[in-house]
Amino acid sequence: MDTVVDGASTGWVLICAALVLLMTPGLALFYGGMSRGKGVLNMLMMSFTALGLVSVMWVLYGYAIAFGESRGGLFGFSSGLLGLNDLVRGVTVDEAEGGVVNTFGLPDLAFSGFQMMFAILTVALISGAIADRMKFGAWVAFVILWGTAVYFPVAHWVFAFGVVEDGGEGAGASAGAFAADSGGWIVNRLGALDFAGGTAVHINAGAAALALILVLGKRRGFGREPMRPHNLPLVMLGAGLLWFGWFGFNAGSALAPSGLASLAFVNTQVATAAALLAWIGTERLRDGHATTLGAASGAVAGLVAITPACAAVTPPFAIIIGLVAGGACCIAVTLKHRLGYDDSLDVVGVHLVGGLVGTLMIGMVGDEEFAAGSSGLLLGGGLDLLGRQAIAAFAVMAYSFVITLVIAYLIKLTIGLRVTEEEEVAGIDQSVHAETAYEMMGGLAGNTNTGASSARPPAGAGRTSPTQTETVPS
Amino acid sequence: MRLVTGIVKPFKLDDVKIALESFGVHGMTVSEVQGFGRQRGHTEVYRGAEYTVAFVPKVKVEVLVDDADALDIVEVIAKAAQTGSIGDGKVWSMPVDEVVRVRTGERGVEAL
Repeated sequence: MDTVVDGASTGWVLICAALVLLMTPGLALFYGGMSRGKGVLNMLMMSFTALGLVSVMWVLYGYAIAFGESRGGLFGFSSGLLGLNDLVRGVTVDEAEGGVVNTFGLPDLAFSGFQMMFAILTVALISGAIADRMKFGAWVAFVILWGTAVYFPVAHWVFAFGVVEDGGEGAGASAGAFAADSGGWIVNRLGALDFAGGTAVHINAGAAALALILVLGKRRGFGREPMRPHNLPLVMLGAGLLWFGWFGFNAGSALAPSGLASLAFVNTQVATAAALLAWIGTERLRDGHATTLGAASGAVAGLVAITPACAAVTPPFAIIIGLVAGGACCIAVTLKHRLGYDDSLDVVGVHLVGGLVGTLMIGMVGDEEFAAGSSGLLLGGGLDLLGRQAIAAFAVMAYSFVITLVIAYLIKLTIGLRVTEEEEVAGIDQSVHAETAYEMMGGLAGNTNTGASSARPPAGAGRTSPTQTETVPS
Repeated sequence: MRLVTGIVKPFKLDDVKIALESFGVHGMTVSEVQGFGRQRGHTEVYRGAEYTVAFVPKVKVEVLVDDADALDIVEVIAKAAQTGSIGDGKVWSMPVDEVVRVRTGERGVEAL
């Protein structure tokens, strides 16, 4: 095993990790702008608490579950990885010994930092479905339980490359050993392709969002009152940050500043652009207007769909994946009104649907030169690759949906999932966080429920009820 | 004394202000308001979902005037604010019992 640290790969992965980190605040703004004015802080706060909680969980035990020694391909565990202990030893030595450097010359510590950001983002993605109504404590409990029981194992399935024992053609054969002998079942045994997380991140978060809102219920007034985005410029800013950070997500997943990373980079850009155009084109035809929210949503749908496929297709097919994703997601986001579930900011319509589009399209247009020796259906490879992609997508979707249902009921029956009706109507920012995003001085401008002037103690006060009069130090 | 109130389209506020000043009015109060009349609201579309926005933004202009000028000032505002299309707004006047200038304590017409 090559134990010399490769400076280029290490630098690349650390910079990409920082880019992926930026996606979570970007997501917070993207979601925050789409929320109502009385719930924007809670929406931002759910992403930021994911940053706090998941980072700590990851270092303490998350990495050990996701990338520890594989237990039947279902989850990993290595006690030496608790607290990243084994990864830290030897970092001060140039030619490190043992577990510090993998076959890329990349310190496992850098890899673990990079993957940490994925875990944070995936959990934060779910928050878009539950705007304005979930107890903060319930969200904290959800993040801990869901990260532990769903994300860490699923990341193992999809991201934990292992050394294939018989030296076969599995995707992990050349990819080094992050897990001891065998890795996760999807990437190694099944051999489905997911370069940067179409299944583990997007299908996973989308299916979880659907399960959670089925237990949580709709916002009060859903379908009757207008619940329009309160700040579209914020949505555009968030979408821009996501787009920027996504290069770290996709191109960074090559784990080296390589030709493969370049392919992922170019495909990410062009699929996103195509999806943006497809979304605004679809809504122009359907509703008569091309909208800024549509442009931002289309870009995100394209980013989601190209995530699994960015290193498995050629750029013209990346454009096709983007076009399909933009159109499909634009249609999918209207389903909630017909089916009557309140996926507030369309986590299902964008991430589950976009993730499925990208994961399955690999089976259609995957190119054998990049796609681990398999061609998609349309390139003469038959149904083999498509079948493997479908199994991976369905397995992640089913597991995430079922376990999330269990977690949601568990929280509902213990500490409760929802804020009270009074707290919800008054605005979750004010009643749960004792803050409001904006000082509403303009009379009727905006939502009267948001007004800072009605500073009364929250219902169920007693924990941190704000005093009604401020004392100004003289 | 009378209070003349005009609800006008926001982009006509400058015209109304200039017309009132050239008539000789020294002061006015302006506020942003929302409401609807025959214009009703408008429709917005977010991710394919249509929302009807019931209240349309308008500007309210208020001027305290002497009885003799009231009808003229109603005319001045109405003329300056008119575009001829739906949603131009309304102007009315109503009686005022008492006015006090806070700085000096002057009352009635003296305080205008």
